Amino acid sequence: MTGPAISFQGVTRRYPQKGDSDVVALHDIWLDVPQGAITGIIGRSGAGKSTLLRMVNGLERPSAGKVIVNERDVGAASDASLRRIRREVGMIFQHFNLLASRTVAENIALPLEIAGEDRARIAPRIAELIERVGLTAQAGRYPAELSGGQKQRVGIARALATGPRVLLSDEATSALDPDTTRQVLELLQRINRELGLTILLITHEMAVVRDICSHVAVIEGGRIVETGETYEVFSKPAHPTTRSFLTGVTGVAVPQFVAGQMQDTPQGPEAQAVTQITFIGSHATDPMLARLTAERGISINILAGAIEEIGTKPFGSLIVALPAARLEESRRFLEEHGLLTEVLGYVG
Amino acid sequence: MSANLIPILWQATLQTLYMVAMSTLIGTLIGGPLGVFLATSRRGELLSAPWLNTTLGLVVNAARSTPFIILVVAIIPFTRLIAGTSIGTTAAIVPLTIAAAPFIARLIETAIREVDAGLIEAARAMGATPGQIVRKVLIPEAMPGIILGLTLAVVSLIGYSAMVGAVGGEGLGDLGIRYGYQRFMPEVMLAVVVILIVLVQLVQSAGEWIAARFDKRAPRNRGR
Repeated sequence: MTGPAISFQGVTRRYPQKGDSDVVALHDIWLDVPQGAITGIIGRSGAGKSTLLRMVNGLERPSAGKVIVNERDVGAASDASLRRIRREVGMIFQHFNLLASRTVAENIALPLEIAGEDRARIAPRIAELIERVGLTAQAGRYPAELSGGQKQRVGIARALATGPRVLLSDEATSALDPDTTRQVLELLQRINRELGLTILLITHEMAVVRDICSHVAVIEGGRIVETGETYEVFSKPAHPTTRSFLTGVTGVAVPQFVAGQMQDTPQGPEAQAVTQITFIGSHATDPMLARLTAERGISINILAGAIEEIGTKPFGSLIVALPAARLEESRRFLEEHGLLTEVLGYVG
Repeated sequence: MSANLIPILWQATLQTLYMVAMSTLIGTLIGGPLGVFLATSRRGELLSAPWLNTTLGLVVNAARSTPFIILVVAIIPFTRLIAGTSIGTTAAIVPLTIAAAPFIARLIETAIREVDAGLIEAARAMGATPGQIVRKVLIPEAMPGIILGLTLAVVSLIGYSAMVGAVGGEGLGDLGIRYGYQRFMPEVMLAVVVILIVLVQLVQSAGEWIAARFDKRAPRNRGR
């Protein structure tokens, strides 16, 4: 199949209010989620990302527009065919939603029992799933005896039980500590690779998008405000919401002592331009600033910086102070060599 | 206390146990499904049927607000229809069951409402039918609460069963009144009270023990 795994086509969701105008949770959403990729939808709480995710398995239905999953219209599906579609779409949750009365193995068996699978076929399948998520030693334990990370592994194994082609993740790491978050994200990445599973996740943390998503959509007030490959969006964020999510994630922010005295225009001949330089791909490893100093004699003061990997590509951000008088020349030099620059302000 | 009272006390205890056991059993068969329905049938819920939910809720409340002794007398014709007689231990099971069913329904409704809505959502996302959600998620997850609720119902029924002496239902309460009060034998009254205390204690302890066996929510004590 070549088309998108999931396609939102003009999806709107209104909640009628008694004697008041409707609340519009989603407004004319157009979004294609590519096959076999990990796509992140990022937004603040109340932005509509949770409603959007629940459209994919029909837990929410659109007021207008279509949601196409594996070439079927979920919004128009009957109850019976919706139940069949749901068996092809796994889902994991922020608070895991495991049955306290069932052991790890029994929790993973639940979707198979619901699908009417033979008991004899369930046992080997569970053993395989438990091994895949690394919980063989915990198979007979109850959720209350597990750590948060282990619970989410059970959630993932359960979501994979019926062999879905799409996995939905509802803030799956938001209740976990950073170490556990990393392990769960690695597991998601591994099953995406090994099973060719399409993963659609929602999050409010740009770090999650940076770490595992190849594609991203930014949602704000029920509208998609920016979408594309993660790498592109990170290097050239166009919308203010995207930029605010990126602050802190790309590891650079203007230091407090500089930010406090920054102005919109240069004051005097000695003024310095505070400039953000973004390094993309292979250029991230080039010593461009050293060449700027060596070849043009422009001295540069580095204020903050970081280099990290986004979707396996190196991605660097630096905040520097340049002499304002030679700003244009410097920017031209850097951009000719494939770097992105943005002036944030000036200091005396 | 003379030795010939022992068989009478034993007989009365068995009658009480019989009435309580039968009314709990039949009351659960009626009240259980009713409780599950009440817990899942409000507007927008799993088995959404708001009108029926409201109507059944009213019936349950009406039955529960009728004082038991009035219920016993008021339904005598119905008791005669069901049991063939309105007098005796078996006949007493009818009013006891009618008092038990709505009480048990509310207790089970409460236990099921305690189940995290996230579990229902997870089961729906797996493609479960409403029936599967009730059988495989709601009832097993609510089990500790259901057991404790039934324990409470049994204890209440032991108390109620003492009142059915008014319509010739025998048992411990009836014995206490007839021998202890009307024949001035305070030692019989005392013996009846002691037996009832012991029964209630046993029921309560057993209920808590069974509920704990079902409850996997807290990590088990892995002590010695």
